Amino acid sequence: MKTQGHVFKYPDNVDTDVIIPARYLNTPNADELAQHCMEDIDTDFVKKVQPGDIMVAGWNFGCGSSREHAPLVIKTCRTGCVIAKSFARIFYRNAINIGLPILECEQAAEEISAGDEVTVDFDTGTISNLTTGKTYQAQPFPPFIQNIIAKGGLLASLKEG
Amino acid sequence: MGMTMTQKILAAHAGLDHVEAGQLISAKLDVVLGNDITTPVAINEFKKAGFTDVFDKDRIAVVLDHFVPNKDIKAAEQSKQCRDFACEHCVSHFYDVGKMGIEHALLPEQGVVCAGDCIIGADSHTCTYGALGAFSTGVGSTDMAAGMATGTAWFKVPSAIRFELTGELPETCSGKDVILSIIGQIGVDGALYRSMEFTGPGVASLSMDDRLCICNMAIEAGAKNGIFPVDQRTIEYMEGRCERKPVVYEADPDAVYEQTISIDLSQIVPTVSCPHLPENTHPAKELHDIKIDQVVIGSCTNGRMEDMETAYRTLNGKKIAPGIRCIIIPATMQIMRECIERGYVTAFIDAGAVVSTPTCGPCLGGYMGILAAGERCIATTNRNFVGRMGHVDSEVYLASPATAAASALTGHITEPEEV
Repeated sequence: MKTQGHVFKYPDNVDTDVIIPARYLNTPNADELAQHCMEDIDTDFVKKVQPGDIMVAGWNFGCGSSREHAPLVIKTCRTGCVIAKSFARIFYRNAINIGLPILECEQAAEEISAGDEVTVDFDTGTISNLTTGKTYQAQPFPPFIQNIIAKGGLLASLKEG
Repeated sequence: MGMTMTQKILAAHAGLDHVEAGQLISAKLDVVLGNDITTPVAINEFKKAGFTDVFDKDRIAVVLDHFVPNKDIKAAEQSKQCRDFACEHCVSHFYDVGKMGIEHALLPEQGVVCAGDCIIGADSHTCTYGALGAFSTGVGSTDMAAGMATGTAWFKVPSAIRFELTGELPETCSGKDVILSIIGQIGVDGALYRSMEFTGPGVASLSMDDRLCICNMAIEAGAKNGIFPVDQRTIEYMEGRCERKPVVYEADPDAVYEQTISIDLSQIVPTVSCPHLPENTHPAKELHDIKIDQVVIGSCTNGRMEDMETAYRTLNGKKIAPGIRCIIIPATMQIMRECIERGYVTAFIDAGAVVSTPTCGPCLGGYMGILAAGERCIATTNRNFVGRMGHVDSEVYLASPATAAASALTGHITEPEEV
């Protein structure tokens, strides 16, 4: 599985309140929620994002609330994946559970710039920056987690046993 | 190699003699929790996956607390979905308006959670119950759905940071000042993926409300859980409340910790987290120039009885500064009732505050105290992110009930001992 797209760059400690502000959480409807993705720190994201585009961020992406609405809105905006130096643990777990591809790679997160065109190969964990020509290797998931992702999320993996 | 307290609880719930940091396990759950925001997503996932039954109706807790009494029509629909599901599956611990409280104040109070438990909750502050000597962690709605269906969850066994507490807190400080100081010291990802285990002779001096507050904000340092040892005070707190027999686990003497941090409680000072991260801490006395518009005393962090007592001691017989809006929210109906019986509510109103029934409302910018652009609030809540309590150009300062109440009297950030 691969994704290719342009990069939206964000800083350290992007919290779930800016990914999807709680004032909109009076509905579980993903399409409705996705219209507000990132709006408190980047009002352009929803207007500009194209299918396959990639979020690149610093340390502790997704900190704060346990709201699964956060990875869900990023996925619903058809973002191809999120690359960060590290992820907050509940966001990390939620992303795996709902099938939003995420990768931890400190060097890539440091060096990739906003607007760069990047491809990500999830099978190998290889991140290629087509704008600069540099490639990076992300940490692979442990097999247990790869199995959840391969089955299409936690509940699908449970049903299959 | 010895195990930490958290590792021992996880090993027991995974049916294993021994676990170590990094190991992936499947553990049995004692309680699965959700609220009116996270449960609807969990119900949808539960149904979509084709599950028809919950694993144990007595081990599921659904608490309507974020937007209730319903703030608008959409919130009402979410509450209704939770209510219908709870009714259909005969969920024993369903708390609706009239019985509800803020979940992390309510479940310990009602004895739904107890020492030795393994608990997941679709709310990040589920880590609160570590104060009772339980393993308890926040998860998302899909994990909640899986937990409701199977009674199990997967975990990566965490390593731990040990916080060795000594001394006793000064009178003007509480658990909130301790945890804000710690987060200021280690940062918002200082305990990422790890347990925060609190030990040492200083533990004995901390009240249960202090310990609940400290564990509540473990997530604000990125931790998987926070946990306190079970002592006589914990046992007394649980007596007559818990439905199940508590199980006491202790860390092995040779348990391995990634790091040990010593905290002398006597050196803690009234502490405030400035916008827009909880790690941005400063002593309250350095922030006198910060004028405020609003004060919120409540939330799963600081809406308990001791917090109300502190607010009462500060506000009784005094007047809130002109132009300041002070909102006080007892966290459960039992606490609300106690505040009425003790005359606190009258004192709060006479001082110029408003008192609300339990709700998470303002803490997450839901309702009941939203800020306009340029406004500042000092709050006993747990997060001060951009836009957390309202407009993206508003600001939240996190503080203890004593500091928040003192600031309500002056209109600027004020140390408790000054009023």
